Amino acid sequence: MNIRALPAALYVLLLYGFIFLPVLVLVLFSFQESRLPVPPFDGPSLAWYRAMLADDRLMDALVNSVLVGVVSSLVAVTLGFLAAYALARHRLPLAGLLRGLLTAPLTISYLIIGMGLLITFNSLGVPKSLWTIGIGHVVINLPLCFAIVYSQMGAQQAHAERAARDLGAREWQVIVLITAPMLWPALFASFFLSLTFSWDEFIIAFLVSRFDVTLPVEIWSMLRSGLNPKTNAIGSFVFLISFLFVLLLDLVVLRKRPA
Amino acid sequence: MMANRRLAWGLLLPALLWTLTFFAAPLVIMGMYSLWQRVGMKLVQTWTTHNYQQFASKSFLLESLVNSLEVTATVTVISILLAYPLAYILAERVPARWQRLALVMAILPFWTSYVVRSYSWLLVLSEGGILSNFLMDIGLIAEPMSFANNRGATVVGFVHFFVMLLTLTIYASLVQLPPSYRKAAADLGAGPIRSFIHVVLPLTLPGVMVGAFLTFVLCIGDYITPQILGGNQELLLPQTIMMQISRRSDFPMASALAMILMAVVSLAYLACARWLKLDRL
Repeated sequence: MNIRALPAALYVLLLYGFIFLPVLVLVLFSFQESRLPVPPFDGPSLAWYRAMLADDRLMDALVNSVLVGVVSSLVAVTLGFLAAYALARHRLPLAGLLRGLLTAPLTISYLIIGMGLLITFNSLGVPKSLWTIGIGHVVINLPLCFAIVYSQMGAQQAHAERAARDLGAREWQVIVLITAPMLWPALFASFFLSLTFSWDEFIIAFLVSRFDVTLPVEIWSMLRSGLNPKTNAIGSFVFLISFLFVLLLDLVVLRKRPA
Repeated sequence: MMANRRLAWGLLLPALLWTLTFFAAPLVIMGMYSLWQRVGMKLVQTWTTHNYQQFASKSFLLESLVNSLEVTATVTVISILLAYPLAYILAERVPARWQRLALVMAILPFWTSYVVRSYSWLLVLSEGGILSNFLMDIGLIAEPMSFANNRGATVVGFVHFFVMLLTLTIYASLVQLPPSYRKAAADLGAGPIRSFIHVVLPLTLPGVMVGAFLTFVLCIGDYITPQILGGNQELLLPQTIMMQISRRSDFPMASALAMILMAVVSLAYLACARWLKLDRL
């Protein structure tokens, strides 16, 4: 390393420090022994992880988050895939407009989507529940799934589909046996991306939920009691899970794709 | 062919219905609400621009939009200035086989939960927190002090997130730049600075603009970061919207504010439209 590379190295180091500082502090003080997650550090102790596991509301919220995430992501991927297939394989009138409509939610703030749903559910008398959260999460993830799958629908699959049709396959057989398996990296990526977004989504879940809440909403209500190592513990735990999602996505999908 | 087309519509229908019912219709309903009015505890369904007039005349409503615009502009500019050099060094100076790892590391905290990320900045900035403790250790301050609960804390929390986002988009446009362009610039006699200003910067501008637009949209619509880190001295627009909903149950007013937020985002979109192509997603 020569002397000219030094400022660059220093800059990278400083910025990485800035990026990692809050996460390191979060994880370190989740192992705090005493009641305040501020210096001096007096751990390591697993007391707050035990407190987290013993917290029924938190554990319920965790289960709710997984349920809402898995179900809403499955719905989003399925609807997105079918729509992408229809628009990529058939010439439909107003196709550009339809694509625009399906991807439009990407350009609107979650806050506004959530508020629209809240007002609509309220005026129709729909009770707020995990179902309404799931509906909201499909709204935000469907455009993403559609866009990802649509972008991966190439001529290669179209040839295989035509061959299958020539050999007498029905349309649903083509979709289930040919198109979906050939597109599985895109489907898998869409599913896990949706899961990650649903898992982390706060504002919609906050607006359209009541008694049963997801994890970010429960963590939000924990914040009212101020700084607390238990919040650090659940925060570090959520980070670990999200990180595993991403690692899995990376290992299974991105590595297999030819560069 | 006729049967095929009917089938295609059938496949498209579920996604279309979902988007129309749970996205488009609610926006229309919200637009209608914004033109109604809450009187006492009752909703009066006659058309009126009352809420929009209130917005223009009540200073705390207008101020929250101004605050939001100021914070968002500050965050966008600081984030670009911090992220560009980082992306540049990662793309140009780091050996190719380390780049992927360096990039993954640079955006690792992206994957902490959004609520938790703001909370962890509170750990750093609050009274007796890491920063205050560090400054006392090196003797810059004598008493523990709080750096949270003000606009600066909100900006720090936002910049942290958007530096990661912008590093990604700028890096992506830097690695697409063929090295031959810069070699050509050098052959024609341009020094490194001129070649950067006249070749590299203009060609990576789309990456910067995509990131800047995302930063603007996500930042101006965010409720969590200012609510956790900003304290209650000033409100941003999303906080004012949430206050209308949760404290006052004034859905017409909240809807009008949301329409205004949407209009601001649309204006930003029109301003950057030539750089943004959603198809390339």
